[in-house]
Amino acid sequence: MEAGAGAPAKAAKPAMNTQRNTFLASMALLALVLLAWQFLPPALDVPKFIIPTVTDCLAEMKRMWVQEGLLGHTLSTALYTVLGFAIGSLLGAVIGYLLGMSEFWEKVLSPYILALQIAPKVAFAPLFIMWFGYNSMPKLLVTVLIVFFPVLVNVLQAMRTVDRDLVNLARAYNLSRWGIFLKVEMPSTLPNLMAGLRIASTLAVIGVTVGELVGGNTGLGFLISYGGGQANAAMVFDAIVLLTVIGFLLYTVLVRIEERVLHYLPKAQQ
Amino acid sequence: MALEFRSVTKEFTTGTGQNLVAVNDISFRVNEGEFVSVVGPSGCGKSTILSMTAGLYQPTRGEVFVSDDLVGGPNAHVGFMLQKDLLLPWRDIVSNVEFGLEARGVAKSERRDRAMAELKRCQLSGFENHYPYQLSGGMRQRAALARTLAIKPEIVLLDEPFSALDAQTKLLLQNSFAGTISQTGKTTLLITHDLSEAVLMSDRILVLSERPGTVVAEIKVDLPHREEPLRRRVMPEVSDYAAQIFKHLKLEEKAI
Ligand SMILES: Nc1ncnc2c1ncn2[C@@H]1O[C@H](COP(=O)(O)OP(=O)(O)OP(=O)(O)O)[C@@H](O)[C@H]1O
Ligand SMILES: [Mg+2]
Repeated sequence: MEAGAGAPAKAAKPAMNTQRNTFLASMALLALVLLAWQFLPPALDVPKFIIPTVTDCLAEMKRMWVQEGLLGHTLSTALYTVLGFAIGSLLGAVIGYLLGMSEFWEKVLSPYILALQIAPKVAFAPLFIMWFGYNSMPKLLVTVLIVFFPVLVNVLQAMRTVDRDLVNLARAYNLSRWGIFLKVEMPSTLPNLMAGLRIASTLAVIGVTVGELVGGNTGLGFLISYGGGQANAAMVFDAIVLLTVIGFLLYTVLVRIEERVLHYLPKAQQ
Repeated sequence: MALEFRSVTKEFTTGTGQNLVAVNDISFRVNEGEFVSVVGPSGCGKSTILSMTAGLYQPTRGEVFVSDDLVGGPNAHVGFMLQKDLLLPWRDIVSNVEFGLEARGVAKSERRDRAMAELKRCQLSGFENHYPYQLSGGMRQRAALARTLAIKPEIVLLDEPFSALDAQTKLLLQNSFAGTISQTGKTTLLITHDLSEAVLMSDRILVLSERPGTVVAEIKVDLPHREEPLRRRVMPEVSDYAAQIFKHLKLEEKAI
């Protein structure tokens, strides 16, 4: 054990090197793609309204910032992504845990859950607009709905597979039902919950975008449909890039949290 | 009397709705401070006996008494340990040892003190802040024993605690468990597949038949050094005892 303590320090250096190498390679690849994007379409005589170049997109980005209130649209989309994600995953987790504790209700509800899970959630957007009008409610609801299921299903699945012997041990130690949930079931299911949240974070962006595409006059999804209507491809590209950035940030935050929370899982050695 | 089974029968309802008799009309007693092993073929109801002692299931017929109290559910008299260490991977070792004390209203500082004392007894001092994945299989089993002893049970139930370990670790761990258990004077019920393990560690051995399990023989092990199986191991009588159990299990007839 004492001898082992020195090993990670020694191993850290090559690990750092490979980390830097992969980072450099990623950056090089990005540069390559950007260069191809910039020079290939003009060289092949593709018109600007089909594929604008990188510099066109940057120029359009600046114009949108000044004339279209890009910051406001971006922040609005980011806000509803995070809000929809938070509400949807909270509901998914709570209902997942409740159903996980009651075999009866799980059996009663599982066919409906399956059906709703299969139904394409984004298709509900026009309905929600009919019901709630052209405000932020429809996009929030679509996002909540789309986020809800992966979290629910992951939690439920994990609750079903909690080690029975561990639960029995807790029972033998006189833990209450609530104690067993808090101290055994909940932590046992955390890896699955986190995996569900990660999937949900990527879906949240889709939910908001569809909501904004279908109705309303704010957000990056709105800019996409607006830009599309004007045959302004650069605007659409810019909005897509920003949506990706929002999704990526949310995902990164979750991965960081996951690393923290699940620190006790042995990591695969490189 | 530390533990007593009075004509205990346990039936399970299987998935197909049939009744399966796991153990049939079992009676035995274990005295205070005694170390008793239970051996028997796979599926004969050994783990079921353990679960009924721990109060996890009720017998279908008959009664189980622990320290003269009728077992009606999980109770503070009994601590049990399985082949799987059942350590909580998200807790460090000392918090794992404290786990059993938390539901029993032991104050936080006392929990920590008791856990540290048990870890010391199980030769795990210095590992209290490690996580289970950082320990070897043998160390994890010792941590599980520390957790079992921390609640100060009157009876320790062990269900094949060594069977997942390699031969050498097993011998060392049997020795360390035997030492710890005789030091604490706990009444112990060990369930095992390993005949020589039963002989090395116990005062008495109960041999069960095939399912439905009943007690077919009771063998008193008249050897010294119960607290040190490594010393018992070299005694010539050990193989005689093992042969005797072997005969009761009718293993030869089955081999044909
Ligand atoms: N909860 C249960 N429901 C239904 N049947 C069960 C249950 N628990 C045990 N059994 C059945 O009871 C019998 C005895 O099981 P038990 O686990 O006590 O055997 P065992 O002697 O511990 O076996 P092994 O040596 O393989 O661990 C088996 O046939 C098993 O299938
Ligand atoms: Mg068993």
